[in-house]
Amino acid sequence: MSITKQLTGLSLKDALEGLRARVFSAEEIARAHIEAVEAARPINAFVLETPDKALEMARASDERIAAGRAGPLEGAPIGIKDLFCTRGVRSTAGSKILGEFVPPYESTVTANLWRDGAVMLGKLNMDEFAMGSSNETSAFGPVINPWRSAGSNRDLSPGGSSGGSAAAVAADLVLGATATDTGGSIRQPASLTGTVGVKPTYGRCSRWGVVAFASSLDQAGPITRTVEDAAILLRSMSGHDPKDSTSLPVEVPDFPSFVGRSPKGLRIGVPKEYRVEGMPAEIEALWTQGVAWLKDAGCEVVEVSLPHTRYALPAYYIIAPAEASSNLARYDGMRYGMRVDAPTLNEVYEETRAEGFGKEVKRRILIGAYVLSAGYYDAYYLKAQKVRRRIADDFDSVFEKVDALLTPTAPSAAFGLGENNADPVAMYLNDIFTVTVNLAGLPALSLPGGLDAKGLPLGLQLIGRALDEGTLFTLAGALEEAADFRSKPKRWW
Amino acid sequence: MTIDAATVRKVAKLAHIRESEDRLDALAAELSGIMQWIEQLNEVDTDGVEPMTSAVAFRLPLREDVVTEGGDPAVVLANAPATRGNFFVVPKVVE
Repeated sequence: MSITKQLTGLSLKDALEGLRARVFSAEEIARAHIEAVEAARPINAFVLETPDKALEMARASDERIAAGRAGPLEGAPIGIKDLFCTRGVRSTAGSKILGEFVPPYESTVTANLWRDGAVMLGKLNMDEFAMGSSNETSAFGPVINPWRSAGSNRDLSPGGSSGGSAAAVAADLVLGATATDTGGSIRQPASLTGTVGVKPTYGRCSRWGVVAFASSLDQAGPITRTVEDAAILLRSMSGHDPKDSTSLPVEVPDFPSFVGRSPKGLRIGVPKEYRVEGMPAEIEALWTQGVAWLKDAGCEVVEVSLPHTRYALPAYYIIAPAEASSNLARYDGMRYGMRVDAPTLNEVYEETRAEGFGKEVKRRILIGAYVLSAGYYDAYYLKAQKVRRRIADDFDSVFEKVDALLTPTAPSAAFGLGENNADPVAMYLNDIFTVTVNLAGLPALSLPGGLDAKGLPLGLQLIGRALDEGTLFTLAGALEEAADFRSKPKRWW
Repeated sequence: MTIDAATVRKVAKLAHIRESEDRLDALAAELSGIMQWIEQLNEVDTDGVEPMTSAVAFRLPLREDVVTEGGDPAVVLANAPATRGNFFVVPKVVE
């Protein structure tokens, strides 16, 4: 590795090697990233920068490296989506209603990262309570995608809800970032920013200390610049946690060891229902290219059918708001967060929640309260849970025949800020290819496959069997090598 | 299913969110649009299908019914908008 290469442009893997070999110190690489973060404020990726904490953690890392006690992520500067509670560091979930909430505890996922030596640069912007696909619902204003269309100065969305995580990774502000995915919130922004995003199997990462949106769907995962980096970060984030009753009591595989293996002989399914009306030709072409790459690598590719695919989004828009309306009932202005004073207790609740929640969050709480209200429970919530079962059954039957599925990640490249805001359903359609796996609890990965004619990145998605992230890392490694995606956003900030 | 302003008023009350009267019609139209899009679920035959309540097939674990953490009121109260002694202060609740 060349020392002349900028410390902020390194892969997580190369940075860890450089740190262990003491080519540079944790403090040096932390300082380089702190400067990059400061210089990139126009992107609005961070809602809170923590440079002092980063330097303190980096110095502790340097001591452990010197003492020969380096952890797997020792000295690596990363960013944390502001949905993860961090002890002593303001955590907002992108909402006004949490005010200046400073958690007295640490989420299990971030605790795992600090245990392994990672260094925190700050908290990353996101759609409010992770409800959004463009980062425009954030109380801190939208994140701007580091990517721009060729020859244009127009601000584009990085996607959402993990828009800050994806943008920070794409702009080389962090070596990797945590993110969360309830309906596509890791994979869609990864696709729109030319980064790698992994939503692991439900239960792989603990949800303890992660602000809840829809508990049966929420799952944490990494966003990084390479497939191997995602495997390295996910290995540290994962693991059984008695504090989350849905955390799976299973061993964490050595994910990075799956990258670079030959995918020869694996059977890949291409679900015909993902070929939707109005799909841009370039996305279809990339998908076809992805199939060709996997065939070249020795995979067998077959067409498969997931007949209930089109019902996944409507089912999600019952289940997720229903769970959200229940989870968000806790924001009542009594124990933490903002409180708007009013004459009676009920008025305090109503005024606090009216002022504290943004428009999209209120919309979803109302939908949730409506579908759960007396007389409608069977017609909506129960029906959606039955449809959810049929969607999961579809996956079960195709995974008897194939080892993984290949699809596009998102129905479009990055879109302009404000472009999809007029109609909520139009915005919801961003998650059309990603939401199915959340309902089924399966792992999926998005990686950049190429650029469209305007020079914007497009992603490919791999979907695997429950707990089989390893196969996804093997396949993604092969696709990454074939795609040889080296494009970077042209710096405008 | 079309949602009218009266239903929005009722649901907002259930959700403890104040919505001003002049917003109800617009909200009703928005929510109706979303619910109409959701109606397509009725096309799916779900007779005899067991509702899926969990994303994983694992049985929920049991643990000993003991205190694992606690006994630190200062930490619990640290983020409260109003406190007195070891208590949260809430608006007067007397019917």
